Formats: sequence, C-alpha cells, structure tokens
Amino acid sequence: MKILLCASKTPDTTTKINFTADKKSLDNTGVQFILNPNDDHGLAGAMDLKEKHNAQLTVIHVGDMSVEPILRRCLAIGADEAILVNTPPTDAYYVAMQIAEAVRNENFDLVICGRESIDFNGNEVGDMLGEALGIPSVAYVGGIVIDGNTATLNRFIDGGMENLKVNLPLVITATKELAEPRIANMRGIMQSRAKTIKTLEPAAIDHLTELVELEPPVKKSGVVLIDIAEAGKLMDILHEKEKLI
Amino acid sequence: MPVLVFAENIEGKFHKPAFEVLTYAADVAKMLNTTVTALTIGDAADDEISKLSKYGVAHILKASDTRLKDFNSTAYTSICKQAAEKINADVIIMSGSFNVKALAPRLSAKMKAGLITQVNDLPKTENGFVVRKSVYSGKGFGEFNIKTAVKIITININAYHITENPVQAQIEAFTPQLSDSDFPVTVLEDIRQKGKISLTEAEVVVSGGRGMKGPENWGMIEELANILGAATACSKPVADVGWRPHSEHVGQTGLAIGPNLYIAIGISGAIQHLAGVSSSKVIVVINKDPEAPFFKAADYGIVGDAFEALPKLIEAAKRIKSVQ
Repeated sequence: MKILLCASKTPDTTTKINFTADKKSLDNTGVQFILNPNDDHGLAGAMDLKEKHNAQLTVIHVGDMSVEPILRRCLAIGADEAILVNTPPTDAYYVAMQIAEAVRNENFDLVICGRESIDFNGNEVGDMLGEALGIPSVAYVGGIVIDGNTATLNRFIDGGMENLKVNLPLVITATKELAEPRIANMRGIMQSRAKTIKTLEPAAIDHLTELVELEPPVKKSGVVLIDIAEAGKLMDILHEKEKLI
Repeated sequence: MPVLVFAENIEGKFHKPAFEVLTYAADVAKMLNTTVTALTIGDAADDEISKLSKYGVAHILKASDTRLKDFNSTAYTSICKQAAEKINADVIIMSGSFNVKALAPRLSAKMKAGLITQVNDLPKTENGFVVRKSVYSGKGFGEFNIKTAVKIITININAYHITENPVQAQIEAFTPQLSDSDFPVTVLEDIRQKGKISLTEAEVVVSGGRGMKGPENWGMIEELANILGAATACSKPVADVGWRPHSEHVGQTGLAIGPNLYIAIGISGAIQHLAGVSSSKVIVVINKDPEAPFFKAADYGIVGDAFEALPKLIEAAKRIKSVQ
C-alpha cells in the first residue's frame, strides 16, 4: 500500500498574527512555523496504517525550501520520502492541481490531508485533489480501518458521526480524532538525514482566486463587568438589551 | 448572473443552515438583479420542499434518484454541476455543513470555478467578486476575489440572519445523469444524538473549562443550557481528560462555532480556544482570574467563582424564561 500525506506549513498555534503594511501577507517576524496541526494528526494516522500494513509513506508540500525542518520531522517520525513542489501555495485549486500533477502516475492507494490548514481555513485542497485524481474523497474523517481494498471510515456529519465503507484509492481529510501527533525519536531523526527530499518544478496551473487584502480582527470595545453578587443582572442584560435569550 | 443555492436536507428535513443560505442567495440575486434557483437533492417530500419558498426563492429544482439516500460527494458534485449548467448559474451558494466541506471543493475542481469557503457577509461586486472570511483561525480577516466566471461560496452557519419573504414557488423535477461509479460510498450507520441541539447550529452555547473542576459539576452547565435552549461545549483540556466528549470541544483543533451568544465558564481563553469561538456575536466570560485573557475578547464578564455565579444565572434565566 502507498500512502501520500499532504503537508502544509502554518504558524504555530500560539502565534500572534500581524500582517505586513501592504496588507498582502503575514508578517513573518518572530513567527515559528510548524506542520499544520490537522496534517500532524493525518501524519500520525498515516503512520498507524504504515505500521499495520507495511505501507510506503510519502509526504508532499507545495511551497519553498524553508519547509525543510518540517519535512525532516515528518521523515524522522517515519515517512519514507518527501516531495517539494517549488512554488508559492497561493490558491487552493493551484495547490491541489500541483499535487495532482506531481503524483498522477504514482498510484497512491490513500491520500491524507488535514481537514483544513489553520492559516486560510479553506478545507478545500483534499477534496479538490480527489476530483482532480478522479477518486472518491471523504471529508472530516476521525477514524479509519483498512481491510484489503476497503476502508471503513468514521466521518463527521451535522449533529453526529457517520460510519461508511469505500474502496481504495481514496482521499480523506483528517480531524484530530484520527490519531494523536507523534514525536520523533533519536533513531528516527538520525535515519531522516539519509532520506531524500525530491524537488519538483511546478506545472502550469491557473489561480482561480486572489487575495485582495488581510486585516486584523475588529477589536472589542471592552468588557462590561458585572459584580458577582448581582450575577443575575447579566441575564437581564442579555434578555432586555441584547435580546439574545 | 443566475444564482444557484444548494438547500441541503438532513433525513428529509430542512434546517436553519438551509434557510440561512436561501436568504443569503435571495439577497445576492437582488444585488445582482438576477434570478435565484434552489437545488434539493434526495428524499425530501414536496410539502417539506415547499417550505423553501418562505425565503424568497421562487424556483426549486428537485433532484431525485433512489441511490441518493446516502451522501456521496461524487454524485452530489455531478448533480450540482448539471443543475448549475441547466440554469447557467454564475454564482453557486452553499452552507457550511460537513457534507458541503467535501462537495464544494470537488465542484470547484470539476467546474474549474473559484471557491471561497466560510464566508460571513454579502459579496462586494464593484471590482470583481470579493468576499470576506475569517483567516488564521479567527486571528484576522481576508478579502478574496474570485476570478472565474462561475463563483462558488460557502456561508458559515449562523453568520447570516434569516429573513422570511414568502413567494409562490415552482418545484421542478430534475433527473440528473448519474452512473454507478458516482456512488462509491456505502453508509453503514449514521449516529446522531437525538433531541440535542447541534453545537454548530446553536444560537446560544454554554461552555465549561477546567474551572468547573470535574465532570460531576456539569449538571449546572447543562441546566443553564436547557433553560436557555442552548447547546453545551467545552475547552480542549476538558475533552482531553475525558470530562466531556470530544464532540463538544470548540477551538482551533475542535469545532469552530459562531453562535449569537457564547457563555464561557471557567475557561481562561487560550488563543487556540478563542480561534474556535471568535465569530460569536456576544461573548460572556465567567472566570475567577481577573487576568484571564478571555476577558479581552469578551463583551460581558463576571470575575468570580463559577460555583457562586452559576446558581444566580440559572435562577435569573428561569425567571426570564417563565414570563416569556
């Protein structure tokens, strides 16, 4: 079995977000970049399957070589090889099609993406990739069992979960329930140094959307504090003034 | 520029997110001076479908096929494309449901139509087709221009206010061309909690954190939620230690919600938690630490012990609800 993990690079979850003066990009000053946390759950899920089914695991990233520490960590955790498509990841369709072009002839049985990246919160690339590769995709998967050619999945639906069956090849987007992120051990870190990161040049793909501008969130005007002795008054405010209850 | 809106039903019934996107689509059509068509897929009955006409949409396409009972993103994608082509839609609008999370991107790739997800407001059309959404998990906003002739957007649940505007609706049966390969998924079981308000759809959410000290104290959270008709939620540490189910975890790696009112009790407001709730319209924070970061994001706050505040809140909520 061959598994592909799509890895996105995002600011660490605790980062304070500032934008550049031209409002076109993130101000990278002092920002620590990590593997997108949802992809990290996907990586752990991929490792579980790799160990159980003796699968081959490839990690792919669309971006530039600044991702190397993140890809090395994936290799240290146990991925067998990494691919970098050397182009800025500026539009979900563009990214999905770059991945599709890079792996079209590789016949992966299972492609795993995080359910969304925590920068642009699109939840788009995984299912676009399914369409581009002409294979099924299942979004927001919190559990997977593979038996032969069939995957049994648990996915989120509105108000609950759905248990379903689908044949491979398949794309899934992972939620945190899929698996707890792993930590690389020293042996893995040593081995990762000998593994290759293959760099590919991008294919000619259109951008379907463009960023106009980024802005910080609207600041709240300040909290109205209510004395705990009169806590009930809060409910009256929410009822009479805010008309929320 | 005709508008197509996907009105999704769950087990044959339409819910609030469908009415929100219908209202949104009717408003977009008005803005663009064009017509709007709703698309329904699957087994909703005609009298249920006719409810959609309450929200200003006069033309409804009803796609039926016995194989459509279960959700297959491939089949739904194909139907949406056929419906969009049938009415020459330039704008396709969907809700932020879990099914749409798979459907909208597939449709975007299939039609090569630009997609922006989780939009909150109406598009700006003076200079292209520009929509605004929250980015960096609520730590910023981004405006995006969709450059393709056909544009797809998904609207956050709870983001758009429903307005009733009853019209005479024409329901048109629509038989899409589908093949067996459009149905790769076999659903084994749907597990939905019956009688509970869905967290993503709830207008009011009462949420507890580590300050609640243990699962045995959640009775008060649930009581307050029951009185207010609210859903219950929790912070990540609470779900991680198993005091509450993971399905209640809101935050960066949990569910992102945008209720009208979010009441956080005993939650300090770590940046990862705020990411999941920052689109709430009004935030109330109850925490005994006056330095808790959550107060900076709150509209109303009580500094003090949750176990002292909650009985008072419950009593006041009962009083208000009893006269309603």
